[in-house]
Amino acid sequence: MKVDSPLYTLAFATLVCVVCALFVSAASVLLKDRQEVNRLLYLRKNVLQAAGLTEPGQRLSTEQALTLFNRRIQPRLVDLRSGEYVSGRDVESYQQRAARSDPEISRAADDNPAGVRRIPHLAKVYLVEDKGSVSHVVIPVEGLGLYGTLYGFLALERDTRTIAGIAFYENRETPGLGGEVDNPRWRALWPGRQAFDDQWQPAIQLVKGQVGGPAENPYEVDALSGATITSNAVTELLRFWLSGQGFGPYLEKARSRGVF
Amino acid sequence: MKWLPEREWLGKREWRAMADPVFDNNPILLQMLGICSALAVTTKMDKALVLGVSVIVVAGLASLVVSLIRKITPHTIRIIVQLAIISSLVIVVDQVLKAYLYEISLELSVFVGLIITNCLILGRTEGFAMQNPPWISFIDGIGNGLGYAVLLLIVGFVRELLGSGRLFGYPVLTPVNEGGWYTPAGMFLLAPAAFFIIAAIIWALRAWKPEQQEKD
Repeated sequence: MKVDSPLYTLAFATLVCVVCALFVSAASVLLKDRQEVNRLLYLRKNVLQAAGLTEPGQRLSTEQALTLFNRRIQPRLVDLRSGEYVSGRDVESYQQRAARSDPEISRAADDNPAGVRRIPHLAKVYLVEDKGSVSHVVIPVEGLGLYGTLYGFLALERDTRTIAGIAFYENRETPGLGGEVDNPRWRALWPGRQAFDDQWQPAIQLVKGQVGGPAENPYEVDALSGATITSNAVTELLRFWLSGQGFGPYLEKARSRGVF
Repeated sequence: MKWLPEREWLGKREWRAMADPVFDNNPILLQMLGICSALAVTTKMDKALVLGVSVIVVAGLASLVVSLIRKITPHTIRIIVQLAIISSLVIVVDQVLKAYLYEISLELSVFVGLIITNCLILGRTEGFAMQNPPWISFIDGIGNGLGYAVLLLIVGFVRELLGSGRLFGYPVLTPVNEGGWYTPAGMFLLAPAAFFIIAAIIWALRAWKPEQQEKD
């Protein structure tokens, strides 16, 4: 058959596609387990970062991170509807993201500007232990950004009002603009700000322009420059998860108990 | 089909194919290819190194494969065939980075995927590998990737050192806010700084090798 005949061209194109597809899928399947391990480790490092147990920008080895995580962090499951802890379930194996799409164990969210469609009944929180007592709680947050969902953690101090730290471990925002949500220097602006106002309404927000320290502007954080939509998304998603639909009931109970 | 070079694996011709793109015919400095990613990933040397190595691997293997099948590739669909090969290689490199260098791969974000559109690679497969035997094409791909990587590292060195006082993340010039004396020039971390640095390198290179100057 001639190299330029239509039939040969078609056959050649098909063959190239099949070979390339096999090559790409093989790589993806073979490397999946390792990538999953990395993802989990990165998630844990972000919990540590949000909790303020590591300096912004500090790099930990796998071993250091796991040791620190196992010593100081205790994952627990919380029923978001009642705000109570759930015991007797394996925390490690609970897949919160998968739970969202299962109607048995999740519910539809009310229309909200954070772009959250479904809320799982159970959420995984991370209790941070310090000298025998729980000093912080790290709650998972998520919401729709410009190109996809932002996933992160917010750490609150024992008063459930003061922010201890924030970390976003997954985003599809524009690199260099909205993607700066994981910039250590920006994250360093958060500790000490207040998540709730005096009436316990979620009040934290990102604003354009000069923002002072936590003492002068307790409810405001400098927005990401060039990323209005991402900045608004961060405001909305934090407020959503701090509200009654999110961790509101849980935080209220913790507040009245006086301990997490 | 001529698979291997007739006499030696790394003869004079192979060395030239490898070294030429680094100094005499640099893809970024002379051919002005791949500028976009050179601006984006050079704020830190570790990012520049990983992207540079990825481009070397993709350029080398893409040229090799394209050259191997060059005689049986229908002329009418050769560009799309080359693109399919390049894209597959890039996706695999991306997967490997996610498996072995997860945090750097997150920082590189889209720029690994964008290797597909780096003109340097398609330029070499179409311009060289389609007409030449596999081994020399492979060397040519590696050489061009190397020319790109070396420049990325030079720009990364200047930007990370002056912009944050660090090299590969380790403090070299201790910044003022960490108790040192160096006030980091934040401008070097912004994209325009990469333009200035690349322009300065082009200036220096063309002063050294006047034959690279463009005629008016």
